[in-house]
Amino acid sequence: MTFAFEIPLLVLLILTAASAMLVKDLVSSVFILGSYSFFLALVWAWLGAVDVAFVEAVVGAGLATVLFLLTLFGTNPKDTRLRRPPTPWAAIVGLPLLGLLLMYGANDLPEFGDPASPASTHVSPTYLANSLQDTLTPNVVTSVLMDYRSFDTLIETAVIFTAGVACALLLRRDQG
Amino acid sequence: MIQRHDSLIVSILGRGLIPVTQLFGLYVLFSGQQGPGGGFVGGVILATSMLLSLLIFGTDASQSRLAHRALHGDGVGLLLFVFVGGLCMIGGGEVLNYAALEIPGLDVAARRYLGIVLTQIGVALDVAVTGVSIVFSLSASNGDSHA
Repeated sequence: MTFAFEIPLLVLLILTAASAMLVKDLVSSVFILGSYSFFLALVWAWLGAVDVAFVEAVVGAGLATVLFLLTLFGTNPKDTRLRRPPTPWAAIVGLPLLGLLLMYGANDLPEFGDPASPASTHVSPTYLANSLQDTLTPNVVTSVLMDYRSFDTLIETAVIFTAGVACALLLRRDQG
Repeated sequence: MIQRHDSLIVSILGRGLIPVTQLFGLYVLFSGQQGPGGGFVGGVILATSMLLSLLIFGTDASQSRLAHRALHGDGVGLLLFVFVGGLCMIGGGEVLNYAALEIPGLDVAARRYLGIVLTQIGVALDVAVTGVSIVFSLSASNGDSHA
């Protein structure tokens, strides 16, 4: 497996994530977050999850950026610049320790693409084998989302609808 | 309220870009069964095309009337999804078991294909309307703070 793609991508991810937090101007922070989503979409595509990469690129880099910017334009200009308090010592010591703990725990995860891992031995072989005959749908992700697990998708759609209604109730005060 | 953008370049580019974005959104929505894409992404791209017209031409312009009309469709996508589920129950199956859709001349696999298409349209409508609705809500609060 070549590391020519993954090392620069992961370095870019860490750089954009860190600079989105460290930059003083919130508008630049929003744009850096958009580029972070773009690099994350490249990582998803490289891992083979093309549907997730599509959603990440469209929602993270597109729609979320617009929503962030509209929110920022609704605030006072002096609110878009940040004065941060100095980092507490507990965070400087504790967060690298937490990272080490997570890396230690990651040793027990199954290998990438392992056919004997629990995730690929439970129900996914059935879906992969039967999707085309059952539903005439070559894209297994779509047939799992909309057919085998369509009740989950129904509830997720209800969640999105609820988000829109809640935003309208909270923010639209002057109009009907 | 979002004001109209002054620049001629932006509005001419927007005039060309918005139909292409809508076409691409529909393509992604209906090609979701053959490749990457589907209802959610297609809906977000359709919402993005309507947001482009809102951001370029302003909330009151005639070009934004599609976005205005979309606001009246709150919940239509969800209703379509639930309606397909109910049709499956009427046909004698469980909720959203598309094999029970009562359509003569279609075998079970084709019924399930049709069920996936219909529910994806429902998801896309719901997501597109919600995206536009949230942006209208945010711009309404903008008008409050500046007025």
